[in-house]
This record gives sequence, C-alpha cells and structure tokens, in this order.
Amino acid sequence: MGQTIVEKIISHNVGRKVKPGDIVTVKADYVMLDDIMMPFIVSKFNEMGFSKVWDPTKVVIICDHMVPASQTDDIRAYHISCDFASKQGITNLHTSDGICHQLMTEAGYVKPGHVVFGTDSHTTTYGSVGAFSTGIGYTEMAAILGTGEVWMRVPSTIKININGTLAPNVMSKDVILKIIGDLTAAGATYKSLEFCGDTIDSMSQSSRTTMANMAIEAGAKCAVFTPDTKTALYCDIELDDFQSSLVGDEDAVYETVLNYKAEDFVPVMAVPSNVDHIVPISELKGIKVNQVFLGSCTNGRLEDLMEAAAILNGKHVAPYVKLIVTPASRKIYMEAMENGTINVLSKAGAIITHPSCGLCCGRTGGILTDDEVVVATNNRNFLGRMGTSKVKIYLASPKSAAATALAGVITEA
Amino acid sequence: MGMTIAEKIIARAAGKETVKAGDIHTVTLDLLMSNDGTSHLTVDKYNALKNPRIADVNKLVWIVDHNLPCDSVKTAASHKKMRDFAIEKGIRFYEGEGVCHQVMLEKHVLPGQLIFGADSHTCAYGALGAFGTGVGNTDYLYAMVTGTSWVLVPETIRINLTGNLPKGVYARDLILTIIGKISANGANYKAMEFGGEGLKNIDMAGRISICNLCVEAGAKTALMAVDDVARAFLKDNNRDGDIVESDVFDADSDATYAQVIDIDLSTVKPIVAKPHFVDNVCDAKDVAGIKIDEAFLGSCNNGRIEDLRVGAAIIKGKKVAPNVRFLVVPASRTVYEQALSEGLLATFMEAGAIVMNPNCSVCWGACQGVIGEGETLISTGTRNFKGRAGHRESFVYLASAATVTASAIKGEIATEDMV
Amino acid sequence: MTSFEGRVWLMGDDIDTDIIMPTEYLVYKTIDEMKPYAFSPLRPELAGKIADGDIIVAGNNFGCGSSREQAPEVVKALGIKCVIAKSFARIFFRNAINNGLLLIENADLYDAMVKANAEGKTIKVTVNENIEFDGKTYPIVSLPDNLVEIINAGGLVKAMRKRNGID
Repeated sequence: MGQTIVEKIISHNVGRKVKPGDIVTVKADYVMLDDIMMPFIVSKFNEMGFSKVWDPTKVVIICDHMVPASQTDDIRAYHISCDFASKQGITNLHTSDGICHQLMTEAGYVKPGHVVFGTDSHTTTYGSVGAFSTGIGYTEMAAILGTGEVWMRVPSTIKININGTLAPNVMSKDVILKIIGDLTAAGATYKSLEFCGDTIDSMSQSSRTTMANMAIEAGAKCAVFTPDTKTALYCDIELDDFQSSLVGDEDAVYETVLNYKAEDFVPVMAVPSNVDHIVPISELKGIKVNQVFLGSCTNGRLEDLMEAAAILNGKHVAPYVKLIVTPASRKIYMEAMENGTINVLSKAGAIITHPSCGLCCGRTGGILTDDEVVVATNNRNFLGRMGTSKVKIYLASPKSAAATALAGVITEA
Repeated sequence: MGMTIAEKIIARAAGKETVKAGDIHTVTLDLLMSNDGTSHLTVDKYNALKNPRIADVNKLVWIVDHNLPCDSVKTAASHKKMRDFAIEKGIRFYEGEGVCHQVMLEKHVLPGQLIFGADSHTCAYGALGAFGTGVGNTDYLYAMVTGTSWVLVPETIRINLTGNLPKGVYARDLILTIIGKISANGANYKAMEFGGEGLKNIDMAGRISICNLCVEAGAKTALMAVDDVARAFLKDNNRDGDIVESDVFDADSDATYAQVIDIDLSTVKPIVAKPHFVDNVCDAKDVAGIKIDEAFLGSCNNGRIEDLRVGAAIIKGKKVAPNVRFLVVPASRTVYEQALSEGLLATFMEAGAIVMNPNCSVCWGACQGVIGEGETLISTGTRNFKGRAGHRESFVYLASAATVTASAIKGEIATEDMV
Repeated sequence: MTSFEGRVWLMGDDIDTDIIMPTEYLVYKTIDEMKPYAFSPLRPELAGKIADGDIIVAGNNFGCGSSREQAPEVVKALGIKCVIAKSFARIFFRNAINNGLLLIENADLYDAMVKANAEGKTIKVTVNENIEFDGKTYPIVSLPDNLVEIINAGGLVKAMRKRNGID
C-alpha cells in the first residue's frame, strides 16, 4: 500500500509505517517560538516543572511580531526571549532578522522530511521544502520544549494536481486563494494538502512557499510539496534517499483529488472579511484604496518585491495612497537593495520598513481606521486585523497589489 | 543702529525698515508647517470657528512623520482627519517623505523667510538663514486663517566660532556643549545667532543639527548667515534658483546683542547629555561603560546623509553588540535613497542594525522603536526628558552619530576611538 | 454523567481568533487584562455581558486562524462553560483541550437556535451524551481516549507536572 508525502514523513519520524487516523507520538526536529508567545511559553514551561529544554540546538526563537517595538510593553517579550535563550543555551536566536517563517528555512534550520512545530498558525509554510510543519499553542509548545515530542493524529490528504501554464498576471497567490475559496475556510481541517503537477514543478521555491503558508486558511494541518532540485539548492543540501522519496505514491490513498488547469486561474482577491471569499479582480475593478501592503511571510520575498518593482518601475503610486513595503527578512531586504529593487520601490513612493511581521499582525506597520480600504499581500483579512472593524481588507498577489497602488483603485496587473 | 539677522527677517515680514528687540510687530508668515503630532487638533479647532477660511493655502505644508507607518487605530484616525482636510483644502501634504524639518529644508525653506511650525524644532530652518519658530496649534490656526501673527522681536545671543572641530568631534558635540554652558533656559525668548570664521568649517548637516537643538536652550529661533555651504545645499536640492537675493541677510557689524559667546572649536570634546535634561552634559568618556539596550541614529537632528556616513564608517565590518537594538532611521526619502546608493544602508544591515523608514522613530517615543521599563537608550535625537523615548522609567543619553554608533558596537556608552 | 445548564450566546460561522482575541491586546501580561476585549471586533459589548456558566453556540470553523492560545484561555476565563459549534478549527481545538475548555461538536443545534432566535435561552448539556434545547435532544459524539486523558488530568500543564513528579 502506497503512502502520501505526509504519511512518509511521519512514518520516518516514528520508525514504523503509519496510516491516516493513527495517533502517534512524533519527535520534533525543530521548534519555532515567536516573540509574542514567548512570555506565555516560558511561564507554562516553568509551571510544568521543567528546568531544561530537551535539546537547545533544536529550538529557534524569533522576534518578529513586535520589531521594532511600538508600545513600551512590547519590550517585555523581547527580554523574555533573550533571557530564555541565554539561560537555556539556545543560540538560534533572531531579534531583528525578519519573519519567523521566512527564517526557518532561509537560515538553514528546516530541511526536507523534518517534523517541525511552531507557535504560529502559519507554521505550515515549511511544507514548501517538503517538511511536515504545523502550528500549536503555547501550552503544547511548553510540553515539547520539555520532552521533545508530542502526540498527533496522522492526517488524511487532499491531493491538489495543477497542470499547465499560468497567465503572466497570475501568481501562486492567486492559485492558493482560488483553492481556499473552493475548499472553504474549514474545508481542509485536520488534513494535509499535497500539491503536485507540472505547474507546481515549474514554480519557484518562493511561489510554493506562498501556497504552503496559506494552507492554514483552509484549516489544513499541513501542506507539502515534493522536494526537488530547486528545493535542494534553496536548502543548500543534496537530497538523500529518504528526502528524494517524498513523492505521493501512485497507489497512495487520498481523501480527495482536485485537478486544476493552470490556464483557468485568473487574478483574484479575498474580499472582506474572509479568506475564502474569493472574487476575480475583474469584478472588483475601480474600488478606491487608501493603502497597499506588500510584505509578510506569505508574499514578502525577493521574487514578490521584484514582481512589484517591475510594475512600479519609473512610475509613482497614486496621490494620497500609501504603499508600505515590508521585506520578509534582513537577507531579502539586502538582496533587494543590492539588485536595485529597493531603489525602484522607493522612487515609486513606497514606504519601506524594517523586515518584520509589520501590518499583517496588526500591531504596527500601517494600521487603518474606519472606512479605509487596504489591498494587502498577506494571509488574513479578518475583521479588525489591521485596525478598526470597519477597515476593509482585500488580499491579493504582489502584482495585483502593485498595479492597484499605481492606479489608486483595485486593478488587475 | 544695526540689526541682527532675526531683526532683519522680522522687519521684512512686518514691512518695516527697522525693528529692534522688544518691539511687538504684526508679521506676514511665509510658510506654515504642521505635522501629525497636532494637525488633527488644528482641524478640530478650525472646524469650530465661525466661517473659517485659509488665508493662503499655498503657504501651508502638512507632513505625516511622527507615527508612520501608523501603529494604532487612534493615530490612524488622526492621520485620516489630517489627510482628508489637506485633500479638501488643497494643502501640500507629505506622508512617507521623511521627518518634517528635513522635508521642509529640502523642499521649501528659503533664506529670509519667517516660518511658523507646529513643532518646537522648527528653529532648524536657521541653517538656511530663515527664521523658523515653533508654535502651539492655536497660534498656528490664527496664522493659518489670517496669514499673519504677532511676534515679539527677540534679543539675540551671538555665538562666534573660531577654529575647527578636532577629529572625532561633531557639530552635535558643539551644540550640546553650548546648551550645557548656557543651560536649558539660557536662551528663553531669545534668538541664537551663529557666525565667525569657524562656521565655514561646519557642513550643512552640522549646521542644521546646531540650529535644530537651540530650542533645548529655550531659544525662540536660531540663525546663521547664508554662505556657499548653504547655497550648495539649495543647489543640491534644485532650489538655488528660488533664492531671493534681497532676502539673504547677515547681521550688521553694529548690531546689538544680549550676550556674545566665543567658542574655539578645537576645544570641543565628545559630549553626552545625561538623563533627564539636555543641559545635563558631561564628557562622553565620563559615562563610558554604561550598559545600553538600544541605540538610535536618526531624527531631524542627526539623520542626514553626513551623519549616516559617520556611523557607517565606524560600524563597517563590525557587528552590533548581542541583544542591543541599533535603529538607523534616515531623516528623509532623499537621505534614504542617497544612503542606499552609497551602500551605507547595506553596511548597517550587514552589521545587524534595524533600518527603519524615514520617520521620527524613538525620538518621539510613541512610534516604532520605543524603549521599555528600566531600559537605557543612547540617541542622536533631540530630547532626553524622562519618559521621552517610551516607558516613564527609562533612561536616555544624547550623543553624536559617532558616539551612538560606537556605543551600539560595544553595547555600552563608548566613543569612536574606543571601538 | 456530568450535566449542567447554561445561558446561550449565539455566534456565526468562522469566528476567528482575531475576533476572539485581537492582536492589539495580546501584549497584556495576563488573561484577565485581555478579557474585556474578547470578541470586540464583532461584538464589543459581549465580554461585559458574559456570566459564569454561560455557553457559546456557534456555526462552522469556530476558532479558525492564529495559534494564539489566549483565544481559548480568554473564553474560559470569561466563565464560558463550554463552546458548542458545528465544527472547530484544528489548533483552537487542541489549545482548548490543553486548557481544559470543553468543546462539543454538534451539527444541528446551532441552526435550530438561530431559527428560534434563541440567544439568551438556557440549554442543558449532559457531557458525552446530549444537549437539550426546547424539548428536543441533540446527541454528542464522545471524545477520543487520548484527549479524555488530557482532560482527566486537568489539562496539559497538570499532566506535565504529574510527569515531572511535582503533583
């Protein structure tokens, strides 16, 4: 009997063949702890009676939600993060290098086949390199820190097969938004999404990352891609036999198989205030916007900034419209400086902030007020996420966001 | 009887041949600058007036810089009010272009102008030979509606500079030295006029830094005669053609001064202003070794390209100390792009600094970069008042770009020669 | 079998974690400080009205979104005895169990209560058996054993304390 990718990863981790529905105890290859959860993680860890983390080399602490701090109390999380790292001998500490989900693969921690847990729902992101990764709460994280392991139910898998060539104005963001719309926000709850097909094969590592990142918005436990040569290059490894085997078997059992033709995708947006409320941009044209946000762990990578810059090159954003650009990591920001992307964006009028979660987590980075409209490249448009509950958030691809910033109204690239 | 630069500018604005210190005159304002610190309050007061009108909308410049990007629903609402009003009235409006005073100097301020700014550091404009002064939003509103205001002609303190600053000493150290000397209220109601051979040796960034900080000695304004350095700055910003030669003033040799201070620049040393007053100064070496949590290189006082060059040269190839946050915040988009093209931003990023978009940052204490309870900041900002940079129980030391950068590398207060 | 009665607050589909506990307030040191802001983007007055022993009845995908555990903690701290929904988001479900907040899945109760405009009405819950509303009973599916173990231990913190020989 064949296996899906996630079944192979979990089987490898527990040392025996597993099937969907099995309750297993897995060992964490890495855990990711973010600043905003650190005070709670540490307090639960202490309350549980642990004194030492099971393996400091497998713990990564990342300050990103509140960097730089905009409220004096935010500093508390920063100090708790630094102090815990120092006390536990954790050297994998990033205080201002970018967004956790970008750094976990970019900084060389997560590799294909790993099992990873993070205290943030978008931990599904690392599936883009063929890892099993999922978000958990701080209590559960505290328990893993002490024991190195956690129970889970092996998820069933929805296979998503995409073939063909995407139109030039369609990005992987449009693809995943459309899929979330089809699945609905709860459609993949408890399940794994497995992406395949020649459209996926020809996608960049960055584009795949956007899709894995957003899988949680359909409720998915994880989203996995088969690691290939692009993945190996990005992870700076040669794939071993196990990693090379991370392909869904012909005779694997899937709960559902969804087939898409790449040519059928069009530029779309998720309209207020649900990520699964997907509308083609052609039906939204002309809606006036106040702000555009290009950034986040979903779409703040070099490729995203470059696609936007190509549209903005030599032009200027519409009067009274703010374009806020928040690169996903220090490395990306520096690469974008080096290759001229940042200069193009700045000349076009963009406000470029230090790499962090920025506006996506709603604590800083361009908060809005009643009746304002924002087009954003991040992953959530929930009510009140970026300001008051009367702010309207549209989620879009970097290309659509850039075209919209230029026009001042919702526009297709 | 001769006149000081301040007197000449007020005479021009009042339409008089001569004025003298102590006179009160009605003046016509040339520019009215307002930022997001108070513009929303001005809008409220304006709307409460009976049949309000703006005397000359072309003189108004409104700039969002204090909380940008916006970090709370409250400031988002203030910004919206300000922006909507600016759009409705056709007021020149900047959002994302930089700290207000830097934007004004780059794009609007001209020699001989009399300018009200709803911000205390408006005195920075003296570096271009303009009389800039900070006013509250009620004064601002009156000027906005009538185009005029009244001013008391200030007495002037003349500061004559000779010689040259030693290596590793900057204009920032000079002005902190002067404020320490005359105290935080030593220039109350007065103008501070800088001149002498030594001024020629101070670059434009240094001059702006000096004038900008004069309010910390209580000064109404600060002034410098326009020379080749100032003209070169205007030329670099494509505005040399806008200079009205008849408005370019220097003080008369027989002008009357309340006080004359002579300073030999070669005697100035690296200075630090300790918590919680700008005039609480000491030799930087005397406080070396004090542990810091954050360092800030930026603001309308020290966020110019020259300051960033100083910082980048010191930190190149080195790293920010572990767990120290080093914020680098160019004062304007122009400065940002220049620093980008010179590779300075890359140098700071490589060293582990946090490069923010041009804004007021921690200098204002309610924007990104604030410090927490019990923390210590070393800053190139304008003020070190208690609670200014964030939590009310925190400590701010003011110093030059060089000292701030050196401290970021050491993780404790240090001068340039110590790293 | 344990049973209890409680007053019902009705909420819709996809009640996300940003609604349950907006990011703006996550920085507070304690759950108690966050409590007044629970559900504020949607119903700012609700937190002040919820009383000890009340029950939330909701539609699909309750707790979707972020992994922030403050969401179930704050619901529990408000005094909510249990949340009954058509379905729960995965992370919220784990977090609630780990904190000993009872969650019950039921496909029909929500629609019936919405139809009857029954917010404020009282229902009776018999754990692992059924819910009674308006003379009708709605069955409850029992939880898997491993979850029952955590709940029986009093939540994950207590389970770990026991493991570490503290309790």
